[in-house]
Amino acid sequence: MTALAGTGQLLRLALRRDRFILPLWAILLALFPASVAGSFKALYPDPVELAKFAKSMIASPSITGFYGPIFAPNLGSLSAWRSGILVIIAALAVSLTVIRHTRNEEEQGRRELLGATVVGRPAQLVAALLLAFGTSAVIGVLAALGLASAAPGAGAWAFGLEYAVICAFFGAVAGLAAQLTQSARTARWIVGAALGGSFLLRAAGDANGDENSVLSWISPIGFAQRIRPYAGERWWIGGVLLLIAVAFGLWAYKLAGSRDIDAGLVAPRPGPPRAGRSLSSPLGLAWRLQRGGLIGWLIGFAVISGVLGSAATTASDALKDSPELAEMFQRLGGATALGDLFMVTLISITAIAAAAQGIQAAVRARTEETTGRLEPILATAVGRTRWNAGYVLFALGGPVLSMLVVGLVGGLSYGGSSGDVSGQLPRILGAALVSLPAIWLTVAIVLALFGLAPRLVAAGWVLLAAFLLLGQLGAVLQLSQWALDLSPFTHTPHLPGGAMTWTPLIWLSLLSVALGALGFAGFRRRDVG
Amino acid sequence: MENIIEASGLRKSFGPTQALDGLDLVVRRGEVHGFLGPNGAGKSTTIRVLLGLLKADGGSATLFGGDPWKDAVTLHKRLAYVPGDVTLWPSLTGGEVIDLLARLRGGGDKGKRDELIQRFELDPRKKGRTYSKGNRQKVALVAALASDAELLILDEPTSGLDPLMESVFQDCINAERQNGRTVLLSSHILAEAEALCDRVSIIRAGKTVETGTLAELRHLTRTSISADLASPPDGLATMPGVHDFVVEGSRVKFQVDTAVLDETLRHLASLGVRGLTSQPPTLEELFLRHYQSEGAQS
Repeated sequence: MTALAGTGQLLRLALRRDRFILPLWAILLALFPASVAGSFKALYPDPVELAKFAKSMIASPSITGFYGPIFAPNLGSLSAWRSGILVIIAALAVSLTVIRHTRNEEEQGRRELLGATVVGRPAQLVAALLLAFGTSAVIGVLAALGLASAAPGAGAWAFGLEYAVICAFFGAVAGLAAQLTQSARTARWIVGAALGGSFLLRAAGDANGDENSVLSWISPIGFAQRIRPYAGERWWIGGVLLLIAVAFGLWAYKLAGSRDIDAGLVAPRPGPPRAGRSLSSPLGLAWRLQRGGLIGWLIGFAVISGVLGSAATTASDALKDSPELAEMFQRLGGATALGDLFMVTLISITAIAAAAQGIQAAVRARTEETTGRLEPILATAVGRTRWNAGYVLFALGGPVLSMLVVGLVGGLSYGGSSGDVSGQLPRILGAALVSLPAIWLTVAIVLALFGLAPRLVAAGWVLLAAFLLLGQLGAVLQLSQWALDLSPFTHTPHLPGGAMTWTPLIWLSLLSVALGALGFAGFRRRDVG
Repeated sequence: MENIIEASGLRKSFGPTQALDGLDLVVRRGEVHGFLGPNGAGKSTTIRVLLGLLKADGGSATLFGGDPWKDAVTLHKRLAYVPGDVTLWPSLTGGEVIDLLARLRGGGDKGKRDELIQRFELDPRKKGRTYSKGNRQKVALVAALASDAELLILDEPTSGLDPLMESVFQDCINAERQNGRTVLLSSHILAEAEALCDRVSIIRAGKTVETGTLAELRHLTRTSISADLASPPDGLATMPGVHDFVVEGSRVKFQVDTAVLDETLRHLASLGVRGLTSQPPTLEELFLRHYQSEGAQS
């Protein structure tokens, strides 16, 4: 088949380019579920205690909303359930890898270089999809082997299958997205929206405690979770999702084989021949380049806070059926305390996302530099600090807008569903804003790197992933307090419901200012380009 | 005459690579100065030092008498720059980029902008990602030429232009010279420098090897001649300044020092010329010769 000529070579090229980073995250993410299981085992050595813990979790609709339903009160099922967030991170990593090796290559002009050699038109896509499917399979097998060591049984393999098919599915979605748009950035947005959308559907479906909610079934993530590892496995679900993934891959293959190079689905339209008034300063340029992304983030934050905020107080049907569960529910604090707990989780997750937004803006400054677009700007009467300030404003100010949206929309919907808007709105808004210093510190580390060690700015993403894992799994993995303290998000007061303390907020902010200043100073002194 | 650019003994290294190794450059007010050298000789690095984007490790450089590193912003009001590899923002149109750069520099001539866009046959409504290399270069050129800057720093500005556009470019540069603007033009094409430059500096491996007017550097150049002759090429091979002489039937091929080109051609004409092609020396050949002769002397 001439269409596939060169696929093997391209696959090898991709493996060569990713030889360090890919094995690193794939192995790390694949082995986490095993350590989650190990920690559960250590925390609840008695199966009866474990079952009790599982039931208390099931009783809380907010928790099943976030992590999905617990299908059976046993160790394996509980571990698979608690590892759901890892699966989403892995799926994101797989899909970004696909875009990196397809549309990004094309946008950078390297696809053209390769296209002139003996390489079939869709070969690059096929190589990227093979890489994605292969990586997903390896992650699935490793995760299954790891989990089987702590919780033996067919369930481990079912969990591996769930893990692998979710990764493969979103890898195929990424392959398709890469065919539709001209820019890799837009393709990444499509994948992010697809992942976020399926998470939201599943969360909204699972939050009312009904395992068979339609919303959860139509979400790819929710669908895959219903393989039910350790709880009467439904293997066919894995097969169906894999078939859909392959179908998406074939669709992308068809598009890749028939379209022009550099083309997307939408033909480029001519734009204005003259610049508008706003495009006359470094800040105006930064706004023009980042406004689309900013609006995208704000819409995303509004949707997630609106949907999850209104789900926070939903009492699960399971409570009505089981007096035992209802009693446990009351003992945990009842609807108010659990609703607050849910909002704490919602705000902490959105805070990580807002930090990602800030890092994205900060990294963008570096992209401007490496692509050579900064050079002509600095050759005009624009000073380095003035240029840098535009990006710092977006990196630190963007998350402020986002957390305002989370606070306002989350407060309105939470207050609306509990019938107390005037009471809840200020509480939730305050809680959202309290997480800002931790976000700033995370972003400020990247700003400092940009000034002092610009080659390392991408390490900001690794750092953010580490903070996310510490926050989500640190307690489950029983990490010691000093390890948890490494994440600035550990120091954010747990609002609403918890105690407010100003001290950590003040020093987080001061540290952010210091790091930001270091970044500015470093950028003034170093070589550009 | 006042010097716009003065650099002496510039040094800059990137890790183990010595990009500049004691480079000297003097550009006088009102001249078009050719900055010549093969790829990787250090032309772009020198320009980046002059723009204050890189900090030199050693040596000194002044721009309009100021420090290019410390006074970058004030100095940049007086210059316009075209990078060697122009990248544009994918979502901005060419027209927007031209206006943006003009405003960041502190204003530009609107009428001149539109006239230049017409002369270079540029469509200003296209988005950055859809331009070809030559068109991206035109965007940067229009932005620079439409400015009222005293100094134009152009880094291989014609590398993506077709011959038609190259001649438009040459017309523009000649017009700028008339207006008294100073131009630093980096290139690796000797013909371009010959057509435009008052003086040139030739650099290699981060060092200036020759500097002066083209007439002064004429001794370095050698023209390749290939001629179809009516009679045997008697005496041609032994003429002074003739090198690498080859006879293939009635056809002769040789290289000749430009200084003795006139006598050689006269002799050639006396032999009866049926066909003649001549090629100006490429810069690479020139360097090769320059270093060979240097090696022979030492």
